[in-house]
Amino acid sequence: MSFLSLRKVTRRFGDVAAVDAVELEVPQGAFFALLGPSGCGKTTLLRLIAGFEQPDDGAIAIDGAIMNGVPAHRRPTNMVFQSYALFPHLDVFGNVAYGLRKDGLSREALHARVEAMLATVRLEGLGSRRPDQLSGGQRQRVALARALVKRPKILLLDEPLGALDKRLREEMQLELRALQKSLGITFLLVTHDQEEALSMADRIAVMRHGRILQIASPRELYERPNCREVAGFIGEINFFHASVKEAAGETVTCNAGLLGIVSVPRAAFGFPVALGDHVLLALRPERIALTGGTVAGEIAAASFLGGRSHYHVRIAGRREPVFVAASGPAPQGPVLLGWNPADVIALPYNP
Amino acid sequence: MRHRALALYAGAYLAFLYLPVLFLPLFSFNDSHYIAFPLSGFTLRWYQALAADAAMLQALSNSLKVGAVTALLSTLLGLLAAKAVTQYRLRGKGAMLGFIGLPLFIPDIVLGIALLLLIAAMGVPLSLATVVLGHLCLCTPFALAVLIARFEGFDRNLEEASADLGEGPLMTFRRVTFPLMLPGIMASLLLTFIVSFDEFLIAYFLSGTEATLPVFIWSQLRFPARLPVVLALGALILLVSVALVVLAEVLRNRGLPPDKTRIGA
Repeated sequence: MSFLSLRKVTRRFGDVAAVDAVELEVPQGAFFALLGPSGCGKTTLLRLIAGFEQPDDGAIAIDGAIMNGVPAHRRPTNMVFQSYALFPHLDVFGNVAYGLRKDGLSREALHARVEAMLATVRLEGLGSRRPDQLSGGQRQRVALARALVKRPKILLLDEPLGALDKRLREEMQLELRALQKSLGITFLLVTHDQEEALSMADRIAVMRHGRILQIASPRELYERPNCREVAGFIGEINFFHASVKEAAGETVTCNAGLLGIVSVPRAAFGFPVALGDHVLLALRPERIALTGGTVAGEIAAASFLGGRSHYHVRIAGRREPVFVAASGPAPQGPVLLGWNPADVIALPYNP
Repeated sequence: MRHRALALYAGAYLAFLYLPVLFLPLFSFNDSHYIAFPLSGFTLRWYQALAADAAMLQALSNSLKVGAVTALLSTLLGLLAAKAVTQYRLRGKGAMLGFIGLPLFIPDIVLGIALLLLIAAMGVPLSLATVVLGHLCLCTPFALAVLIARFEGFDRNLEEASADLGEGPLMTFRRVTFPLMLPGIMASLLLTFIVSFDEFLIAYFLSGTEATLPVFIWSQLRFPARLPVVLALGALILLVSVALVVLAEVLRNRGLPPDKTRIGA
């Protein structure tokens, strides 16, 4: 059993299963992200782990102990709330010290521990400020310090960077990542921001409609998504319908209509394929070359973004343009799209 | 030109409202049994007579007791109802709020007679306790209104954050909910106390042999010689009432965004 283990956890609100038979294993010391659009059940899942909700079905275990029926105030988890939920009637020191009342620390020990934690999140000297006298970034750090000072087994973060502006968010991403590595505490992050998940987490669970679609490392999610939803949610991608022509050897040959005959290594298929099967082939924009290929097209739109450019390439007979990201000068006139067969992502087709 | 007219109107309005009230303290220092101009001279003897009037002081003490108990109970009831209404999804919430607030719109004389009939039918002897019961009907809606406003600005995540940091429901209430609600609770206590303290009709019907202060004053008005003493008492009550209302208003607004709930100013 892993450090955090969820077995068939279900939580219903009325007729809707907000969390539907979720299986999840998180190893100790991991930086794990639950990623999905709003309403996918990721926050409910976090609240089930924190103890604010109880599952209708299934079991939650932390470090070997079953947590079902254990109220939030007896769980070895601490949470950074999306709204931060700082106590407005207490100063920064009072907020951070709030959870230490039961630890029976002497005055000096309590003081030392709170001050050390304030230093860790770079808030030295701000102990006597009230929450409404702090900037957004500082409030975020107080929320973090208040949770971390309890030395939780798992730190739960609910969209912690959502309220910050872009520059500060990127700074905090790096900082959170470094903090997690140095403390070695298991972090469980909930976010709808794929960049946030990709840049911070070791492993990501992509959720949709209360279910987990795929659990993988960021690179694996990007390069080997297991379904159309994951492929479309993480980064940009082009989909092509195809049918299997030949599936006997190490290479699967597909008829992809306008793209012609496409050969894909069998290893790219994470699912069994047979002759005549309908499949989806997908290509990331940066994996498509504008020259030297076999599929003729015209550049319909181009935008220069500095290091690289984005192109919309129109292919005769296909409604939506193909999205290509390339560096170097824009080619003149018609283009010939090409790709490396190893870069083709093969997905099951579920109409 | 127009501003001057408006200022004049506002001044006249305030004068009409408060000048008569100021006659109370004025005549309470007037050295005459007759409430009429010209003034006869300055005296403190009505205040001395007041201090020596055992029956009136007993009525004052009755009113303070009824007011204090009513304030505590109606604020407690209002607190529980406000928490339920603002933090839980309840069926029939609108109807419930309507029924709790209804006594405010029923004429007090109807409410007083109805309560008297009920209490008499149940065979309960009239006392200060029955006055408290009547006043609870009247004061709980006030408490509820003040406390709902306070709860609506209350972030439920704060209670969850407290639980998350290891505190159970009781300590969460003590360390988070109560301190944050305290200004609202104080405002409710003061407001309900004043409503009870001032109330005449219901107290008139429901008090037995122990009169509350308004009831006692009413009974004294038959004796013109006693009027200046009543004026002295009225002046003192006026002073305390104004102080309490100002205090309640200050407390109600403390800790809330300045543009959101402040009345006036």
